[in-house]
Amino acid sequence: MNQLKSFVTKEFRHIFRDVRTMMILLVLPVVMVLLFGYVITTEVKDIRLAVVDLSHDELTQQVIDRFSQNHYFILTGSAASAAAGRAMLEHDQADMVVVFGENFAQEIVHSRQASVQLLVDGSEPNQAAARAAYAQQLLLSVAQELSATMGIEQQFQIAPVTHALFNPNLRSEFNFVPGNMGMILMLICAMMTSVSIVREKETGTMEVLLASPLPPLVIIIAKLVPYFVISFINLVTILVLCKYLLGLPFAGSLPAFMGISIIYLIVSLSLGLLISTLVRTQLAAMILSLLLIIPTIYFSGMTFPIESMPVMYQHVSACIPARWYVAAVRKLMIQGVEVRHVMRETAILATMAVVLVSVSLATFRKRL
Amino acid sequence: MKEKFVIEVDGLSKQFGNFVAVNHISFQVKEGEIFGFLGANGAGKTTAMRMLCGLSVPTSGHATVAGYDVYRQSEQVKRNIGYMSQKFALYDDLTVGENLKLFGGIYRMSRHQIRQKSDHLLAELGFTAERGTMVRSLPLGWKQKLAFSLAIFHDPKIVFLDEPSGGVDPITRRQFWELIYRAADRGITVFVTTHYMDEAEYCDRVSIMVDGHIKALDSPAMLKQMFQVGSMYDVFLALARTATRSE
Amino acid sequence: MGNIVTVSEVCKRYGKVQALRGVSMEVAEGEIFGLIGPDGAGKTTLFRILATLLLADSGTATVDGLDVRRDYRKIRRCIGYMPGRFSLYQDLTVRENLEFFATTFNTTIERNYHLIEDIYRHIERFKHRRAGKLSGGMKQKLALSCALIHAPRVLLLDEPTTGVDPVSRKEFWEMLFRLKTQHGITIVVSTPYMDEAMKCDRIALVQNGHFLKIDTPAAITGSYAKSLWSVRSEQMHRLLDDLRQWPGADTVFSFGETYHVTIKNGYDSEQLQHHVAHCGHQQVLVQHIEASIEDAFMALSD
Repeated sequence: MNQLKSFVTKEFRHIFRDVRTMMILLVLPVVMVLLFGYVITTEVKDIRLAVVDLSHDELTQQVIDRFSQNHYFILTGSAASAAAGRAMLEHDQADMVVVFGENFAQEIVHSRQASVQLLVDGSEPNQAAARAAYAQQLLLSVAQELSATMGIEQQFQIAPVTHALFNPNLRSEFNFVPGNMGMILMLICAMMTSVSIVREKETGTMEVLLASPLPPLVIIIAKLVPYFVISFINLVTILVLCKYLLGLPFAGSLPAFMGISIIYLIVSLSLGLLISTLVRTQLAAMILSLLLIIPTIYFSGMTFPIESMPVMYQHVSACIPARWYVAAVRKLMIQGVEVRHVMRETAILATMAVVLVSVSLATFRKRL
Repeated sequence: MKEKFVIEVDGLSKQFGNFVAVNHISFQVKEGEIFGFLGANGAGKTTAMRMLCGLSVPTSGHATVAGYDVYRQSEQVKRNIGYMSQKFALYDDLTVGENLKLFGGIYRMSRHQIRQKSDHLLAELGFTAERGTMVRSLPLGWKQKLAFSLAIFHDPKIVFLDEPSGGVDPITRRQFWELIYRAADRGITVFVTTHYMDEAEYCDRVSIMVDGHIKALDSPAMLKQMFQVGSMYDVFLALARTATRSE
Repeated sequence: MGNIVTVSEVCKRYGKVQALRGVSMEVAEGEIFGLIGPDGAGKTTLFRILATLLLADSGTATVDGLDVRRDYRKIRRCIGYMPGRFSLYQDLTVRENLEFFATTFNTTIERNYHLIEDIYRHIERFKHRRAGKLSGGMKQKLALSCALIHAPRVLLLDEPTTGVDPVSRKEFWEMLFRLKTQHGITIVVSTPYMDEAMKCDRIALVQNGHFLKIDTPAAITGSYAKSLWSVRSEQMHRLLDDLRQWPGADTVFSFGETYHVTIKNGYDSEQLQHHVAHCGHQQVLVQHIEASIEDAFMALSD
């Protein structure tokens, strides 16, 4: 334990004494978020809402009432069909159209679940996403309230299905925050860990460490701890910036978000460890870590939506840890879904973590 | 006979902050001489040598190398000197021939000149068969001989050697010094630092730096006589004991 | 006293390069054993095998009775290893480096201070200076302190004095001598400086992955078979060529201010003297001399 403590102390000394690198580590995420966040417009006041109510019942009327009472929304009119609603969007007579299907009430009674279509103008993706997010939150609370007042034992749900017109994938800087988190954490963990291990190989100190009774596991853990801490600081910084500077709503569960972030950090750190076992020079470690970032950018869904990729690329993307992390963060942060909806992503990332940790531990050499 | 000096140093100093690395040194080096520049680690040798090569600006004082001022005419100085250090000498990932072409090119030699001189040099070293060999795969001793030959490839007036013979076997080390002799016989002045005290004996004159000053400068024979000891090693020990600076 | 280090028929190859070609040696407890030879002779490879950092392709080696392949964990506890290049943390201070290596070996500076005191007091003034800012000699002393802090039974020092000035080198060897006599530590040390061979109890002359000879320095110089003469004159540069042209000269090597000449059978020193005089040299001095380690090395290596 004493060995580990003194090794970790030493690692932090290396980091603190290299002021330039440390500043980059801590300032880089801030700059990235500000750069992309600056262009985000999150003003969502006075959303002009048009209603297409094909169900015409008490329930839909109650939901519509909630919208009109909410100060974010202004009811500007109604249309007889989805197509007519769509026309209102096209003619800029509304910012959003909410469409209740014919069987809305029946669905709720029978299956306790009904869907609502939200049509938004996607040409301004940030605003569209923000508007959709507000509507979704409203629907969520309406569903809770209604099931309570109606005395239904089992809660019912209103599932919103959002269609963004003119920019169906809602590619926006909104999505950039989760994508950026995936990228920055991967970069810092993988690059800094591998470089700091390989530096000891280059300067020859690894030779002395290996010839000492220090267990390789202590070396590895001590190398990972500082970058885990720094990445964690970055994570919190990004969250705080998003919330207070960009006013980005954090819709979902914070503990779940932290949990999955920690798993992702472990994946990234073990990738760094793996790189360090493969190369001999700091330069090679740096290049290899940067090569990790390229698929993270292109295949994680942060730049190109995965659904529109060719099947082969979708398979490639399935191997990229960031894809699952970005997807989970998007769901947790922006869509505010419940934890059980990110179980798949969590399970996949956890499996990756276990595999990568074991592989990198197995390949870490106890000799030169 | 009027002696011609190729290096003239007058009151040269270099200060880093409060630390005076080189403290007002003055000396002359004669043409065609093998001049040993000795001193303990940290005595100021490297700093002094860098100033003479035009790589570092003196804090005060004056020095000319090959007739050019090291401060104001550092470009001309560089054109008239050769330099070989232990750390960097040749490009490992180029072949012997490619290294020769590169250095010839750096010193603005014509292609014909490079060709002619390369052939001559390789024949002299017995390396003709190695022209296409990657420098990386040459034995260390060969690399050093080749590096020295390259340092004088452009016929400089002076060649600076910074601990050139470290780590090679005794026979190769002697062959290396014979190359130095031959260069000196051709009129090239040799300015050399070394930690091998027997090599100090091979020099025509030796200076010993202690704490940024030149504490002794004479032929090895005279120095031994002056300190009443039998070897340059003992001369060095006697002088270095007076050192107070330790870095 | 038994052998604390044994090496038996060890071979090691890196790709095409055969670094060690079947070397064997024994180091007795409490002796200073020197590996003398140029760079690339295989010294570093042998050190790394003894330090359990490399596995030999064939052959066996033990340290303190433990097999380097099987018992590497135990060996790592009882050796102090100092690699060829400066292998400490340049951005940590003298004191921080020492503390780090002490805890690495589960000990404290205080517990073994008596071992390093003699060395550490030279650098204690600079304990808050970063290791990267020390001079060559100081770095070596710090590295030795770090290698000693866990009271190892065997010190493995790979070229500790390379690039260090003669004064620091002399001090370093005095320290090694005291470690041996006062603390009974066995030291295996390599060096490219032939003059340092005399300071070892026994030496192995190494070249091209072979041991040319293993013995005490005195026995090695004593067994020098050729007739060796030192020759000097006024004009040393010309004398070299003249000596080489004399048919009786076997080898001619420069040695400090003189040339060392070995004479072929059937020739003698008077003929040598005559030849030199005939070439017009003044102030000629020809003396019969005892061989040094360097002479012996050169005689053995051809």
